[in-house]
Amino acid sequence: MTRPLTDDQRLLQDSAREFFAERASVKALRADRAAGRPFDPALWQEIAALGFAGAAVPEAYGGSGMGWRSLGLVLEAAGRTLVASPLLQSALVGVAAIEALGSDAQRAAWLPAIAAGEMTTALGLDEGAHHAPSRIAMRAVREPGGWRLEGQKRFVPDGATASHLLIAALAAPTPGAPESLSVFCVAGSADGLVRKPLAMADSRGMADLDLTAVRVADDAVLGSVGEAATALEGVLDTARIGLAAEMLGAADALFALTLDHLKTRRQFGQPIGAFQSLQHRAARMFVDLELTRSCVLAALDALDDAAGVSTSVRSAAAQGASVASVASVASLASLASLAKARAGDTLHLVSNEAVQLHGGVGMTDAYDAGLYLKRARVLETLYGTAGWHRDRSARLDGY
Amino acid sequence: MSLETFRRDTRAWLETNCPAAMRTALDEKEVVWGGRNASFPNDDARLWLERMGERGWTAPTWPAAYGGGGLAPAENAVLQEELRRIGARAPLWSFGLWMFGPVLLEFGSEAQKHAWLPDIIRGRIRWCQGYSEPGAGSDLASLATRCEDRGDHFLVNGQKIWTSYADKADWMFCLVRTDTTAKHAGISFIVFDMRTPGVETRPIALISGESPFCETFLTDVRVPKDQLVGQLNGGWEIAKRLLTHERQSISTAAFGGGVGLDLVTAAQQSVGLMCGQLADGDLRVRIAAFRMQERAFHLTVRRAQAEARAGGNIDHLAPLFKYAAASVNQQRLELLVETLGLGGLGWEGDGFHPDALRATRHWLRSKGNSIEGGTSEINLNVVAKRVLGLPDPT
Repeated sequence: MTRPLTDDQRLLQDSAREFFAERASVKALRADRAAGRPFDPALWQEIAALGFAGAAVPEAYGGSGMGWRSLGLVLEAAGRTLVASPLLQSALVGVAAIEALGSDAQRAAWLPAIAAGEMTTALGLDEGAHHAPSRIAMRAVREPGGWRLEGQKRFVPDGATASHLLIAALAAPTPGAPESLSVFCVAGSADGLVRKPLAMADSRGMADLDLTAVRVADDAVLGSVGEAATALEGVLDTARIGLAAEMLGAADALFALTLDHLKTRRQFGQPIGAFQSLQHRAARMFVDLELTRSCVLAALDALDDAAGVSTSVRSAAAQGASVASVASVASLASLASLAKARAGDTLHLVSNEAVQLHGGVGMTDAYDAGLYLKRARVLETLYGTAGWHRDRSARLDGY
Repeated sequence: MSLETFRRDTRAWLETNCPAAMRTALDEKEVVWGGRNASFPNDDARLWLERMGERGWTAPTWPAAYGGGGLAPAENAVLQEELRRIGARAPLWSFGLWMFGPVLLEFGSEAQKHAWLPDIIRGRIRWCQGYSEPGAGSDLASLATRCEDRGDHFLVNGQKIWTSYADKADWMFCLVRTDTTAKHAGISFIVFDMRTPGVETRPIALISGESPFCETFLTDVRVPKDQLVGQLNGGWEIAKRLLTHERQSISTAAFGGGVGLDLVTAAQQSVGLMCGQLADGDLRVRIAAFRMQERAFHLTVRRAQAEARAGGNIDHLAPLFKYAAASVNQQRLELLVETLGLGGLGWEGDGFHPDALRATRHWLRSKGNSIEGGTSEINLNVVAKRVLGLPDPT
């Protein structure tokens, strides 16, 4: 259930908002855009030094062990100023994948490196312009002492810059056995890997990846081949929830910007925010934002609860706690879809309204509204549009 | 007493005193409204009200001096948890408890509190609300029912409308005009017995059929002067405070009354499945969108409750609830009627399933959700001005 923020979480939220507002405002994104770089490596080191990169990494692995809700608050704060950084792909998706799929040795090797800002990851999942985890053609073929990866990934966030790529591929544990999804950790410098950076409208880095006979050792498999498919779904739900938090932050900040414009822009001898038709549009956005906030917080809580469940399941593996974890997995999936769909709808509405309510100035490159609009559409599409999640939600509920 | 002790004692008391029949879901027809002519669906309901009323637990946080429970907020939270735990019905539904009582506690004289609160708590007097008038709906402060000072009494003339259960109520709390030269500052808050000569009520039929709403005609109604609550011409402040209590009770209690049909089940049966999915793909997506919206609303209610319990300020969320609750209820009933096809548009008779007939009536009745107790447009005005700080037009 949705719990109020603890004092620690409030403190974290305040310091994260303050840090990003001062150190990584939208101006920083403009500077990155002008310099043609997807993000500022010096900024990432500061983010890591503040403990944000390791917010969801357990203390035993060098993180701050604050949990998913705390990381969600950081992502929300980053979303407010459209911060371009490896936070989403490394601190959220990478940590979730290694936590859920990785062996103890892999956790020990990689989680501290991510928390320290030394290792960055990018999840190579989708192979087309739409989110479709059930349509993956990338294959991993068994070879002596390892695997050979063949295929293509498209629109991989941070794909051009990450030090390591987490590649989802179909693989069979033994020759002739049925194939299922597994995840392989591939160094960015691996032979046979070609990364083609994509210039996206939102100025954040994505890349297409070509893998031709990329060879990795057995210890590059996260966990073991043939056992990742279900857990990968949970990793994706974690990604969707964290992304929804980032989207909420973007929508919230853009709404504040728009509200400020309504109060200060004068026409017909008064602030345009005095007109009822505009007041009602603003009020509807507020209602939407608050409903979305509830969904995002509830979903982040469910992640922390599920982490508690899986830890206790792990520690009491043989004692049959599986019923509770199955139920919580189902509710996590539907909460993830709820949060992502609502965040998508809300950000869509707010980004369109922001440009319209700002009038001509909203169309100019010098003003921030357009940057939010462009980022909005990328985030809405990533890991499933609102429509995709409505369909999934109906399927989860059996209709 | 520690909360643990309180919980233990409360649980034991409820175990002994809450009749088994009162631990079942409450059907609308079995609601106990109390009053001089109270009707009870059965003896257990009468007993349950007597026992809860005697303890003051129909109004748990009101001072014991007036017959209330005298509980601290934390104790009340425990009581509500324990009541929920056994699925206990509310012993009494009452505009006195939800609306008039809270403002009487704040604005009434000591004598008035002693005169009226105990009967509200025990469910002995049933109250109705005389607010709206034919010429004063959203612009409530333009109300025109005249109240003249006649020395030893007030004389009231005018008409009220949308008075819920006026034909069944014993007393009315009523907004009247005591000064015609000022708008908001010319309104007073009075109460009177509905048996007073000159008070007449007439029920209003709605598009959904019979309704609890009435017109109330007031012709030369004499009201004793000690039945003025608060200051003369000071009624608007009380009126506004009461409306916040009303909106809270509307958004938490009144909507979403059971039609007895689950939307998804009804759709699966009525529309059918193709490859495991609803055969009507467009309807399927709209049902999914609605259910997610409904869930987002419930999560928001729970978030606000959790924040309020933790001592947080939720003033910015309050005006949102009534707006969102109305919209969610209307969407649900529109989808339900659409899902049932022509079977969801029956008016009466054996040719239709009783649940389907209820769906028709609820669907039509739900159109009022965004009108009564402050229209959705007024709700949005409140959000824009009070929460977002947008300016008034010049």
